[in-house]
Amino acid sequence: MAYEFDFGAIVPHWKLLFDGVILTTELTVIGAVVGVGFGIMGAWARASRAPVISQIVGIYVELIRNTPFLVQLFFIFFGLPALGVKLTEFQAAVLAMIVNLGVYSTEIIRAGIQAVPQGQIEAAQSLAMNRLQIFRYVVILPALKKIWPALSSQIVIVMLGSSVCSQIAAEELTFGANYIQAINFRAFEVYFIVTGIYLVMSILLRMSLKVLGNYLFERRRHV
Amino acid sequence: MSLVELHAIHKSFGELEVLKGIDLAIDEGQVIALIGKSGSGKSTLLRTINGLEQIDSGVIMVGGNKISERDTDLLALRLQVGMVFQQFNLFPHYTALENVMLSPQVVKKQSKVEAKEIAEEMLAKVGLADKMMHYPDQLSGGQQQRVAIARALAMKPKVLLCDEVTSALDPELVNEVLAVVRKLAEEGMTLVMVTHEMRFAREVCDKLVFMHQGRIHETGDPEEVFSNPKTSELASFVGGLA
Repeated sequence: MAYEFDFGAIVPHWKLLFDGVILTTELTVIGAVVGVGFGIMGAWARASRAPVISQIVGIYVELIRNTPFLVQLFFIFFGLPALGVKLTEFQAAVLAMIVNLGVYSTEIIRAGIQAVPQGQIEAAQSLAMNRLQIFRYVVILPALKKIWPALSSQIVIVMLGSSVCSQIAAEELTFGANYIQAINFRAFEVYFIVTGIYLVMSILLRMSLKVLGNYLFERRRHV
Repeated sequence: MSLVELHAIHKSFGELEVLKGIDLAIDEGQVIALIGKSGSGKSTLLRTINGLEQIDSGVIMVGGNKISERDTDLLALRLQVGMVFQQFNLFPHYTALENVMLSPQVVKKQSKVEAKEIAEEMLAKVGLADKMMHYPDQLSGGQQQRVAIARALAMKPKVLLCDEVTSALDPELVNEVLAVVRKLAEEGMTLVMVTHEMRFAREVCDKLVFMHQGRIHETGDPEEVFSNPKTSELASFVGGLA
């Protein structure tokens, strides 16, 4: 007997998917904002003249980049309580996303910083600016502008990666889908719909990041 | 006491010794031209004066104070010694006015009003009062270089270093930049310039310093040095240009 599709079976559970979308969005926004913030600091540390700081950050970056996100998540959620650090599912998921994006954006932003011409840094040094002032006023904005498309892609990847957080029962979109299909066995329908939802969310996220980029790097006179 | 004094400056890049014991005094109001073949060490020497190149040994004194390599000393040094580069190096995300205002605001903590007033004055001085709201990529090379000069001047340095400021310019744009430098010299600004503009050096500078293989090979009054080179190296350098 052929399988009969019944998308109607999903309708009664719409609230689960809706809540999942909200949670996925929250995870992504917090993870992106804080993660990119850490990325900027990490890139600053990697460019630091103190080799010890640069190396510590470098080791940390390699540690995170070369291990699976799921394992990092399990470590935070199931492992850390052994050290007395108990986090809720949401907290653990957010932390894992921040750590992950922080590391990848460190490397991306570092590439942007390296692309700022040395001459501009020398000009700023000649104007008696200190390292922090040079970073803040001369380097970071042109650096972010150069790597904005790459950074945007990484943020989208991290949003899609948040589906893994269903594995610690963080009630994001994929968790909702898993739950629904466990109740009504309509796996095709529910994952079909959820795929569409992720697709739309990705497109919207990309568009938002493009608008944000246009705003950030728009030529605005400050005086 | 001279404004800037260099004593026995040595500098190597790896195996290559670029400066082999330089002594140079720069007096207030003096206009000095550093000339020599490429690779003679003249740009490196210029860059040691504001600490862009760290020296291996020797002493740099500014206003009677010895400059160490501590960051605080370097910043204090750079407040006194401005620099203009061959490639202009304007900040692309700021307008001409903002380029000039930035450092007075963030380094000297001047108010926006104060910084703007000085920036407008400096941009007017270099003949760009009508280009203040332009971004660097909307300006010609000569205009960009003049903004860079205004940016350095806005910090009110005691000495201005010019590193081949016309070498990246199209020939027809060279004169507008040289005119600005000439005006600064006439106003009594202390200038040290690495240049290939020999006629300009001869007309405007008080002192010519000919560098050869990492040493000051010959120095003196430009007119004298050009018409009566004492060493064969300078004679061939000057002759090669003619």
